[in-house]
Formats: sequence, structure tokens, C-alpha cells
Amino acid sequence: MTEGQSNLITAENLSAGYSGRAIWSDVNFAFGKGEFVAVIGPNGAGKTTLFRLLLGLQHPMSGHLGIFGATPSRGNPHIGYVPQRHTIDADTNVECLELVRLGFSGTHWGFNPVAHRDRDAALAALEDADATDLAHRPLGALSGGELQRIFLAEALVSNPDVLLLDEPLSNLDIRRETELLHLVNNAVRTRGVTALLIAHNINPLLPHINKVMYVANGRMATGPPHEVLTSETLTQLYGVQVEVLKDPHGNVAIIGVEEHHGDLP
Amino acid sequence: MSISLNLIADLQQIWQYQFMQHAIEAGTLTALFAGVTGYFIVLRRSAFTAHAFSEIGFAGAAWAVLSGISPLIGLLLGSNLGGLAIALLGRRAANRDTQIRIVLAFSLGLGLLFLSLYAGYATETYSILFGEILGVSYDQVIETFIAGAAIQVGIGFMYRPLLFASLDEDVAEAKGMPMLALGIAFMIIVAVAVSFSVQVTGVLLVFSLMVTPGATAQYLSRRPSRAIAASVIIALAATWIGLFLAFYTPYPVSFFITGEVFGFYLLVRLVSGSFGQEKASPAGILRPPVDRSG
Repeated sequence: MTEGQSNLITAENLSAGYSGRAIWSDVNFAFGKGEFVAVIGPNGAGKTTLFRLLLGLQHPMSGHLGIFGATPSRGNPHIGYVPQRHTIDADTNVECLELVRLGFSGTHWGFNPVAHRDRDAALAALEDADATDLAHRPLGALSGGELQRIFLAEALVSNPDVLLLDEPLSNLDIRRETELLHLVNNAVRTRGVTALLIAHNINPLLPHINKVMYVANGRMATGPPHEVLTSETLTQLYGVQVEVLKDPHGNVAIIGVEEHHGDLP
Repeated sequence: MSISLNLIADLQQIWQYQFMQHAIEAGTLTALFAGVTGYFIVLRRSAFTAHAFSEIGFAGAAWAVLSGISPLIGLLLGSNLGGLAIALLGRRAANRDTQIRIVLAFSLGLGLLFLSLYAGYATETYSILFGEILGVSYDQVIETFIAGAAIQVGIGFMYRPLLFASLDEDVAEAKGMPMLALGIAFMIIVAVAVSFSVQVTGVLLVFSLMVTPGATAQYLSRRPSRAIAASVIIALAATWIGLFLAFYTPYPVSFFITGEVFGFYLLVRLVSGSFGQEKASPAGILRPPVDRSG
């Protein structure tokens, strides 16, 4: 699909890990503006590690990672991030609008001298996330799907060029999953955002994504889904027999790399 | 001294006494910073850790009394050291309640030893544990004013990053907020606030001004700025009414303050229908009907 400039995010011979032990190594990829990338793979394969590298929270063990033509640094305002873990619980009686506003100006010291600016930005982001009706609801009272829409608004409010979404679909039923994916897809298309989305199941993502990044066993396969998600590609990459099964609706199931990812109905 | 039906006359009567003037001044200043700090303590789920260093502060105060210096110095030393240690433990601190409890038990024991070595054992213990607002001096009022001003300036400066870090730690960290520094700065603010609240409520009752108003306020507004205002108003009202009642009765101020904030907390939770409903949204009557933030 859209090739764009294939240099918004680039990795060359990139390796990452913790305390001297590589979790994956020799990874190469390039993502351009407006690409929607699904990052899938087993638990502990290093999907979140990739996000931490891009956010500048962790450094590569070797190789080069570039984002916006520079090495990643913490606090990059052009990245919108939805982490997997949040501190919101049922007792958090703070309205949603407040969290989205903090996504816009929460890094500024002191009180807000011009409150209407971040309020307007927050309301616009809530609208993009189809969450206008949630603006004055308390965070603690939201369902999982509603919370994810608020987190999406919180990430979009600073008008980012790159969106990193860490398992936003976990704990969502199929209908909420589809709704959220449409919202992310809209942001990608209308704002030209490059989105990387970590998920467990590739199938709901297939209608929306340009590329898939399959992370497992210390390696990554990256490319358009029809190239990556084949028995040949994955078997060659992992050196063990990997089966990619497809049903007539285009759903896939990957079998043979630790866990299988995808569900055939 | 007997109470009349004329409130003005009663207040005039109270104001004639210098110890009551000082108590009202110190109490007001304390309620102002305790209310503000309390909102963040509750929001950050730091109530337990905040209490932890009030007890470590007790050992510090007892040591100070024994050494012949102001208990306030000992309180500040003890609670700041405790706060620093807890902040350095980081986000996992909440899961270390067993370790914190073990240290607390020891520090209370140490405090007891220091006080038993001291001749004026009973009165000093009593005032550190339960507060001594009616014995506050002019100098202490000035000290409280300076500490209160520093606390308010500190929280005012950190306001948005602190809210952000409290509500969404991981995003705030990814956005480049200095999380460790924020955590340490907040713990130091709480340590100072606890130390100065102790002269009003004592170590054991410090929660009544530091936590209960903040916890109550969270049921009254979903907007942090309004909830903080509510927290301050609750703390102020409890202190003033407590002093008034204590002046005309033989019972201690601290009892009235704890009783008032507890009663109001129960009332608010009953009215907001939030008892036993994990996911229930607080009742509509307490919700601001229109959002008017400009």
C-alpha cells in the first residue's frame, strides 16, 4: 500500500535485551508515514521491549534504531503511547476529560494559565476517539472498552506522528475490538499517523494493517501480511516447521512457534 | 467560660485567650496544607506510606525530646528519612507493607524507649501521640506558616506533572517526566506536612486531617481542582468546629476533629451511595451539573 517515506522508523541490525541477554537480535525494518503495523508474537517475545526502545526508556544492545531521523529519546512529544498497564482502578473518581487534558499539558510545571487550550484539544481528541459522551464520567466507572477509548484520546491529544499501542485489545469482546480498531484506523488514515499495535490475535487486524511484525524466538519477520504470514517465510525464519493455516474468510492461525496466534473459527 | 446562644459573643470570648488565638492560627494553616496534600495522598494511594513515616517521626520526636531539642526537629528528621526511603523503593512500595510494618513496630518501640528515659515521660508522650494544639506558641505559628507556604508552593509547582504521574504513571514516564524526583519531592512534602500536622492532631490521629478530608473530597467532585478545594474546606471546618467545641467542653480537640471528619466521610459515602458498590458511579446529586472550566 502507501509506501510514504519508508524512513520514519528504521532499525538496522538491532538487538535488544536485559542484563546482557538478548531477547531478540539482528532485526531490520523500516516503517513510513501513515503505516498501520500489527506487532504479534508470544508472551515475553520482546514486543513491549521494542516499544520501550522507541520511547527511549531502554537502549539497544547493538545496532541502530532511528525514529524521525534521530535516536530515540525519552519524552518525545511526537509519540503517543498507550501502555499495557494503567494505574486506574475502580476508586479513581476523576473525570475522563482531566486525564486527556493531562495528555496534552501534563508535562508542564505549575497550574494551567490558559485552561481553554488544553480543554479544547482534549475535547477534540475525545471526539476522534468516539468518547465525547464519556468526558465527564469518572475513570473508575468505565468498562474496558470505554477506558481504551479514553487512553486513545489521551495518546492522540498531543497530535503525535507515531502511535504505540500496547495490547489495547486485551479484555475487549469482539464488538469493542472492532470498534477500537476502526478508531485507530481512522486516526492512521485521517491524521497520517504511523501506528504500531501489539496484539495477540492477528485476525481482527488483518483488514486494517499494512504490515505485520511477527516476534518470536529472538527473531522478527516484518512485511506485508501476505508475505510474512506464510508457512514458507516463517519456517525459513525460525528453522522449524511453522504452519500458517488460512480459512476461506482470510483468517489465519500460526502453528509451530511456541504458541499459536490467531484463531480459526 | 460558658457557651451562649450568641455565636459572635462566643467567638469574641474565645479570641480573648491568646492560646486560642494561636490554636486557631496554627489549626487554620495546618488545615490548608493538610487538605491539599491529603487529596494527592489519596489519589496516589499513599495513605499507608504517609502514616508509616508519621510513626517513624514519633521515634524521631522522642529522640529529640530526650536530647533536649524541639520534637519538631526530630519529627522532620524521622519522617523525611522514612519518606526518602519509601520514595526510593519506588512504585513497588505499596506491596511492601509487611517490611514497612516491621520497621514501624521497631521505630515505635524505639520511641517508647527514648521517652521512658526522659523524665517528663507522660506529658510529652501524650502530646506527640495525640497533639497539643492548645499549647502552640507564637513561634510555632510562624514556623507553621513558613512550612505551609513552602508546601503550597511546592505542590503548586508540581501540580500538573504530579496529577499526571498519579493518574497514569507509565505514560507520564514515557513523556519524560522525572518520576523518581517527583516521587521523592512528594514524599518530602508529605513528611513536612505530617510533621507540622502532628502538633494539631498528634502522630496517631494525623490521618484525620491528612487523609480523611482528601478521601471524602474524592466523592464530592471529579475535577481535581474542585476536589482539592472541598478537601481544604472539610479540613478547615473540622479544625474550627473542633476548637470551638473543645473550648466549651472538657474533651480534647483531636477527638472532635477526628469525629467530625469521620462523620462527614460516612455521610458523604451514604449520600453518594458508594457503599459496597465497586463500580458504581457516585450519585448525580453531587456531580457538577455543567462543566464550566474556562
